[in-house]
Amino acid sequence: MNIAQENVVADEKWVGMMRAAMAGDEAVYRRLLEEIGRSVRGMARGAFSRARVGDADVEDVVQETLLAIHLKRHTWDGGLRLAPWVGAIARHKIIDAMRRRGARRFEPIEDFEAVLAAPEAEDPHARSDAERLIEHLAPRQRDIVRSISLEGQSITATAARLSMSEGAVRVALHRALKSLAEIWRSASQ
Amino acid sequence: MNTSRFIETLAADPQPRGMGMGGKFWIAIGLGALLSAVLFATLVGPRADVDEAMHSLWFDMKFVDALLLALPSALLCWRLMRPDARPGSLAVLLVAPFLLLAVAVLIEMSSVPAAQWGAKMIGSNALHCLKVIPALAIAPLAAMIFAMRSGAPAYPVLTGALAGAAAAGIAATLYASNCPDDSPLFVASWYPLATLIVVAAGAIAGDRLLRW
Repeated sequence: MNIAQENVVADEKWVGMMRAAMAGDEAVYRRLLEEIGRSVRGMARGAFSRARVGDADVEDVVQETLLAIHLKRHTWDGGLRLAPWVGAIARHKIIDAMRRRGARRFEPIEDFEAVLAAPEAEDPHARSDAERLIEHLAPRQRDIVRSISLEGQSITATAARLSMSEGAVRVALHRALKSLAEIWRSASQ
Repeated sequence: MNTSRFIETLAADPQPRGMGMGGKFWIAIGLGALLSAVLFATLVGPRADVDEAMHSLWFDMKFVDALLLALPSALLCWRLMRPDARPGSLAVLLVAPFLLLAVAVLIEMSSVPAAQWGAKMIGSNALHCLKVIPALAIAPLAAMIFAMRSGAPAYPVLTGALAGAAAAGIAATLYASNCPDDSPLFVASWYPLATLIVVAAGAIAGDRLLRW
């Protein structure tokens, strides 16, 4: 199998995973985001090194991209492949990040399809700004995001603890993540 | 925060809710156009001889031309809300209203003596055209930009500008029945100028509101 064929096979798997995720399967969604994250990391590292900006904050770009994928998942046309869509979002976020870091040189960014075969694992010591940025959220939103992300609580548990309905927690979480994306975008401008 | 932790937060809520992006967009366009139509009917209204005018070719061409602008622009907007979208061959259709107008101008110039060209071009209420078209475009443009905020356009400025073109097309379709000047010389001089104002507004709105 050549690379193009391998990518088509990999993509069929991703398409299936995304469909299952959008139908409500949390475990599959988590696995899909992990896999996408590894490919985006490879793409971001390559782009940063070619533009000669340090890659100390590469996890920020990976997480910003994953957040955008999550918030914009309804813009994926279910009848099309997933990788080109993910690649377009990653490219958008990487260019944005490089611009904010004052990169002057814009070497062409590697095609996402090219990095699919070379995923990169997370550096266990790397941290993103997310934790610091969450502080800027409204108190109730901050509470919910912290409960789910840092304490690893489920939506159900969080809802019970805050005496809210699960639906209300979902809505608040969605709004919180939207605000977080905004804060992230304007943080280092 | 490390990325695995971060993913936990996203994975907690896998299912997207609410209306799809396409549905939102077309409802927004429809509501915006409806609001403008009501505004037009109550504040401006068609011209007095509209029944008679409907039989004239140049009067009818104004509607065709305005719709030829509105339709492909709106379709392109809808497509460009996706991050991986390419304008594609639809973009070629944007030439259509200008091509039609150019042909109409040439026909008009060959049938009207040169001495009258100036008067035909200036018409009787050019300024009115420049005011009414942008005013009627506000509602559809605002509605479209609002709906498109749930999209992820790779080209926010271009997408905003196209929303402006679609809104101007809708506004011009309404205004055409009021505008007393039917000569293609008039239409070609003022309608594109009015459209340009709305396109610029759309581009600015896109730059400010459609980034993600």
